[in-house]
Amino acid sequence: MKDIKVLGSGCANCKTTIALIEQIAHEKGEEIKMDKVQDMRAIIGYGVMSTPGVVIDGKVVHAGGVPSRDKIAQWFA
Amino acid sequence: MNTTASPAPQATPLIRWLVGLALVAPIWFWAYGHLTDFADAVLSLTGLTRQSALGEALHFFFFDTPKVLLLLTGIVFVMGIVQTFFAPERTRALLAGKRTGVGNVLAALLGIVTPFCSCSAVPLFIGLLSAGVPLGITFSFLISAPMVNEVALTLLFGMFGWKVAGLYLGMGLLVAIVSGLVIGRLHMENHLEDWVQVIARGEAVHVQEERLNWVQRFEAGWGHVREIVGKVWPYVIVGIALGAGIHGYVPEDFMASIMGREAWWSVPVAVLLGVPMYTNAAGVIPIVEALIGKGAALGTVLAFMMSVIALSAPEMIILRKALKPRLIATFVGIVALGILLVGYVFNLVL
Repeated sequence: MKDIKVLGSGCANCKTTIALIEQIAHEKGEEIKMDKVQDMRAIIGYGVMSTPGVVIDGKVVHAGGVPSRDKIAQWFA
Repeated sequence: MNTTASPAPQATPLIRWLVGLALVAPIWFWAYGHLTDFADAVLSLTGLTRQSALGEALHFFFFDTPKVLLLLTGIVFVMGIVQTFFAPERTRALLAGKRTGVGNVLAALLGIVTPFCSCSAVPLFIGLLSAGVPLGITFSFLISAPMVNEVALTLLFGMFGWKVAGLYLGMGLLVAIVSGLVIGRLHMENHLEDWVQVIARGEAVHVQEERLNWVQRFEAGWGHVREIVGKVWPYVIVGIALGAGIHGYVPEDFMASIMGREAWWSVPVAVLLGVPMYTNAAGVIPIVEALIGKGAALGTVLAFMMSVIALSAPEMIILRKALKPRLIATFVGIVALGILLVGYVFNLVL
């Protein structure tokens, strides 16, 4: 099970990112644990400067905008 | 001797993109060159002529709508590609260690091309500070990013030509540079929220920068079009419709008395009115065009537009998470002063 955190202050892009990841994980039959990280200190603690950012199992895999479907699919490959 | 002919190369995504662009670009230019014909043709279908107020208003609408949407799509696509070269991490690396002055100019320029949505303003702000970018230079970036945006520039170019667009760009950069210099000079580092000060003194965390190929850049450009044009087109159409109404029905010189250049107080009033408002450039500019056609002064209207975009209340609320009230007040005061000057300069020059 992958531990996924979406970093962002809760704007529309962050919500889109969460929905997209959940949808693609579901399609791939992947079990995920999804967390939203909205605390600014925590976000910056990951070194992310532009949101939405995505952290999988403690590692930053994406920052700055809604990730593409292809990119998300690669995380579950 | 019998070399097997290699099979016809598969159309790779890159070739598909290039062929597609080679086809679409001439169509774009052809359409942009025939806007008047289009508006004339549509108007003749309605049986009206430009002599009537309704006919004139409709002609304005049928001319401006395709024009603005064509310009927006083209320029937003190109900007989307340009932005793939300027990830925030790259911007931070470019600004780190730059001196006051040069750094402020560079920061203002990078503000135009670095992509980020307004909800990222705080992490970006702190990311820059933690890499050792001075406060004043960080502010130059933060001011130019929303103020000199591609949608505003595109619309100004489309409606008033390159001189006005250029002047807007130049004045926007100047406000960002000078405001940043002043804020830097005031040494307000201790007016950052305490937790920000702690992080700003710490080490910058580094995130691996992604390497993109051209297919990804084109896709990013297209994504940018879908995101921005997809979001603003209703505002554009409503704005143009309102503009068309003003254009057709409001008498000539009606605006001159309240928004004309003789009314010196109109510039500060425009700035004050702009701060609590939150609209985007796309909806405002078509109205601006029509108001100016009726005698409103360009500087007054642009000052209003700049203060709507650069000094919006929601942006201040976001920044409040990282800045103490005095620093926010200083920031608002200095930028407002800058915009005020821009308004007067425009009114003098044009």
